Amino acid sequence: MSFITRGFSGRRGDRDPHLPPGQTLVHDWPVLSAGPTPHIGTADWEFVVRTENGARTWSWEELRALGIEDITTDIHCVTHWTKLQMPWRGVSLDRIWESVETEHEYVMAHSYGGYTTNVPLEDLLDGKSWIAFEADGEPLDPEHGGPARLLVPHLYFWKSAKWIQGLVTMPTDEPGFWEQNGYHLHGDPWQEERYW
Amino acid sequence: MSSRRPAAWHVATVVDSRPETPTARRIELDVPTWPGNDAGSHLDVRLTAPDGYQATRSYSIASAGDGTHVVLAVDELPDGEVSPFLVHDLRAGDQLELHGPLGAFFVWSPPAPGDTPPPVQLIAGGSGVVPLYAMAAAHAASSDAAEFRLLYSVRTPEDVFFREELTALAAGTPALPVDFVYTRRAPAGWPAAPGRITRDLLNAATLAAASEPLVYVCGPTPFVEVVAGWLIDAGHEPGNVRTERFGGS
Repeated sequence: MSFITRGFSGRRGDRDPHLPPGQTLVHDWPVLSAGPTPHIGTADWEFVVRTENGARTWSWEELRALGIEDITTDIHCVTHWTKLQMPWRGVSLDRIWESVETEHEYVMAHSYGGYTTNVPLEDLLDGKSWIAFEADGEPLDPEHGGPARLLVPHLYFWKSAKWIQGLVTMPTDEPGFWEQNGYHLHGDPWQEERYW
Repeated sequence: MSSRRPAAWHVATVVDSRPETPTARRIELDVPTWPGNDAGSHLDVRLTAPDGYQATRSYSIASAGDGTHVVLAVDELPDGEVSPFLVHDLRAGDQLELHGPLGAFFVWSPPAPGDTPPPVQLIAGGSGVVPLYAMAAAHAASSDAAEFRLLYSVRTPEDVFFREELTALAAGTPALPVDFVYTRRAPAGWPAAPGRITRDLLNAATLAAASEPLVYVCGPTPFVEVVAGWLIDAGHEPGNVRTERFGGS
C-alpha cells in the first residue's frame, strides 16, 4: 500500500544488502531499556537453567570455563537501527545445553531486574545463540546488558535479553515482558516481525 | 493498565505544520483509521521516495485518546535523514504512512473506576518531553486526582516544547507543578546558573520515594541513565521507574 511522499528522496549510500527491511545503519550503539540499569557484580552473578527435570546453576567462572567463542555478527534493533559486523565474545548455548535434558521446545529468558522475553529453543541451539560478556573488545557495559546478556543476533535485539539471569524451558510459547507490551512473539528482522 | 489497540498501517494527511522550537516542528495529522492511542505511546513514520527507497523512524505521540487527530513534535537531528525532511519540507496536505500505535509499557491511562492510582513524576530531557506532555494532558483531561509533577531539563527557554500548554496545565486545577532545569541558558532573572541537572536538584524537585510515585523518564540515553540511577539511590523501587531512551550511547 506504500505511496510516494511528496518531496522525499532520502539519503543514499546507506543501503546495504545486509540491512533488513525498515532498518537504518548506525555506527554508534543506541540503548533500548524499559527501566533503570541494574548493576550486578560478576562475583554475585549466577546463570540458571530450569527445566521440567530440575535446575542447574553456573557461576561466572564455571560458565566461562565451558569455552569462549569469538563471534562477529550483525545486530538489528526493533527501533529501526542495525549495526553490522560487530565483534562479540561469549559461550555458545550449545555448550550449556550439553548438560541440560528437556522435552520442552520453548524458553523464557529471565533478566536481573525482572524482565523476560520468550524464544523457541530452535532459535537458540545449533550455533544460534550465546551468553555474551564482551562486545567491541570490551567487557559489556551495564547499559548494554553487562555483565552478560543473551545474544540471539538473527532475531530483533530485544530477544538478546540484557542482564541475563537464566532460562526456563516451557512446553508452549508464552509472551514475555516485551511481547506482552506489543513486541512480536518471534521477532525475525527479515520478516519485519516487529509488533503484533 | 492500558487498553489494547492493535498496531496497523495507516495513511495520515498533514493538517498543519508549524514551528515548535527553533529546531522542532509540531505536525498535526488527520488519520481516519486511527484507533486512538494511550498517552506516551509512539508510532513509526515511513517515507517512500519516487524510486521506491524507504526510510522508517519512530516518534513519540504528543496526543492521546480515542480521536483520529494525531499530533507529533519532531526535533531535527542535524545529521538525520527523516527528521530534516519532516521539519523543513513537509507541509499541509502531504500524506505519510504511519504504523501504530506502538508500546504498552511507557504509557499512562486514566485509572479504572474504583482504582487508587499512584502519584506520577514525569522527568524529561529535551524532546523527551513529548510523551510526558501527552501523559500530563491526558491526566488533566481525566478525573484522576492523583498528584502529577513534571521536571523538564532543556537547553534554553526557546527550546521548551508545548510552552503554552504546559503553562496552562501549571495553572490548572489540579495544578501540574513544572520545574525547569536550563542547561545552556536560563531566562533573565532565573535563580540558578545554567547547568546540567544534579542529584540534589533532582531530589528537591521530584516527588519523594516515600509516596511511591510511578516515575517516567524520557530523554537522551546519558540523561536517562544518570537520572534513573539517582532515583534508585533515592529509594525509588526499580519497578516503579519506567524509561525511554533515544540517541546513541
